[in-house]
Amino acid sequence: MKVTVDEDKCCGAGTCVLVAPDVFDQRDEDGIVMLLDEAPAADQHDAVREAASVCPAAAILVAEA
Amino acid sequence: MTSTTTTTDATTEPPSYPMPRAARCPFDPSPDLMAEQAASPLTRVTLWDGSTPWLVTRYAEQKALLGDPRVSSDVDRPGFPLSAPRDPGSRGGVGFILMDDPEHARLRRMVTAPFATKKVAALRPAIQRIVDDLIDEMLAGPKPVDLVQAFALPVPSLVICELLGVPYTDHEFFQQNSNVLVSLTPTPKERGEAVRRLTDYLHDLIGTKLHRPADDLLTGLAERVRAGEITQLEAAQIGVLLLVAGHETTANMIALGTLALLEHPEQLARLRDTGDETLAASAVEELLRYLNITHGGRRRVATEDIEVGDVTIRAGEGIVLPNEIANRDETMFPDAATLDLSRDARRHVAFGFGVHQCLGQGLARVELKVVYSTLYRRIPSLRLATDLDSLSFKTEGVVYGVHELPVTW
Repeated sequence: MKVTVDEDKCCGAGTCVLVAPDVFDQRDEDGIVMLLDEAPAADQHDAVREAASVCPAAAILVAEA
Repeated sequence: MTSTTTTTDATTEPPSYPMPRAARCPFDPSPDLMAEQAASPLTRVTLWDGSTPWLVTRYAEQKALLGDPRVSSDVDRPGFPLSAPRDPGSRGGVGFILMDDPEHARLRRMVTAPFATKKVAALRPAIQRIVDDLIDEMLAGPKPVDLVQAFALPVPSLVICELLGVPYTDHEFFQQNSNVLVSLTPTPKERGEAVRRLTDYLHDLIGTKLHRPADDLLTGLAERVRAGEITQLEAAQIGVLLLVAGHETTANMIALGTLALLEHPEQLARLRDTGDETLAASAVEELLRYLNITHGGRRRVATEDIEVGDVTIRAGEGIVLPNEIANRDETMFPDAATLDLSRDARRHVAFGFGVHQCLGQGLARVELKVVYSTLYRRIPSLRLATDLDSLSFKTEGVVYGVHELPVTW
C-alpha cells in the first residue's frame, strides 16, 4: 500500500489522525496533514482505508499494492 | 401527457421546509422528512421566502454534494437558500463558515492548529478536572437541578474560554447573545445586534491580547493582526464563530445525550458499568449520529450544473442537506432508528462533510467522551426529575436540544 496526501486540499478536520494516528499527524503551525508513514504495515491498512474514506476533503489517496 | 405533467408542476407547490418533528419523539427527525427520503433522493421544498431549493434526502448524495467543489457555501451568492431573513446591513457570514475557498481555507488555517486531534487529546486531563469539579458542585447543592445550567452549558463554555483566552466571568453575556444567534425566532435586527455585540466584545479582547499576550488562541490571532495577515475585525469574527460554535453545540449534545441515555436505560447501564474506553468512544459517535443537534439543514448553492442520478441541479439553485436524515439512512446505518452504543457510527455526517466539516470536532469528541464516561458513573442513580412530556425542546433554531433538563439522584 502506498499513501499520498494533498496538503492543499486538506481542511485540518483531523479525522485521519483519529482513525490512524500512527500514519497521520497534523502540522504544529497550521494543523494541516502530515504523512508519518507512506508505506504503512499491513496491520494499518484497514485504518488507512477508513481514514481516506472519512476525509471530508478527499485529501488522502491510497494505492493498493 | 406532457401538458398534464406541466400543469401538475405549475400548480403543486413543493412541501414547506423545515418540517416539524413528531410530538413525543424528541430524538427522531421529522417523519415528513423521513417520508421524503423514502420517496426519492432529491426533491424540491419551499422555504420561508417562497424559494424552492433542492432537498437532498440520502446519505450518499449528501456526502457527494457536500464534498463537491461545484457546490458553494457563499451566503452572498444569488440562490443561496437562507434559513431566515438576513439583517439588511450584513454581508458574508460569521467567521469563515459561509464563504468559499481560497478565502475560507486561508482564514480557517489560521485557527486549525489548536484544534488538531492530538492537541485536543492533550486537553483531556484539564477537561476531566472541569467535569469532576462541576459534578462535585452539583452533588453538594440542592436537587432537583437543571442539568443544562449546572453542567451541560458550563463544561464546553469553560473549555472554549480556556482555549480561546476569553474570561469565563463574561459567560452570561456571551451565552445570552449566542443563544440569540442560533435561534430563528428573533428578528433579523435582534440577531444582527447580537452579532455586533459579540464582535465588539471579541474585537476589544483581541486588542487587549495585542498588549498583554497569553498562551491562547486569541493571542495567536492578535499576532496575525499585528503581522498584517488579517484585520482585527476579521479576527474578531473568527473569535465569535469559535466561541459560539464551541459551546452551543457541545452543551446540547451533553443535555440531549443524557436524556437519550436516561430513556434507554439498558444502553446507559452498559456505558456506566464498563471501563471500556472503546465503548465510550463509540457511544460518542453513535449519539452524534442519533441526535443530530445541528438540524437546520446544511445550506449550499450550485455554481455549475450538477447531475445527481436523473436529476440536474442547475447552476444558481439552492441545496438543503439535513444531516439528521442522512444519519438515519438505512442503507448506511441498518436499523438506523435504534440507539446502539456499540454500533460503528464513525461515518456519520453530524459534523458535516467537505472542507467545511466541523473544525472543533476533535475537541467535541474529547469533551463528550469525558462527560459520557464520568457523569453516569459518578451519579449512578441519576434520573429525570420530571416526565418526558413536560420537557420543552429547541425546535425553533439551527441547534436542537432541550431547554431545561431537571434531574435528581
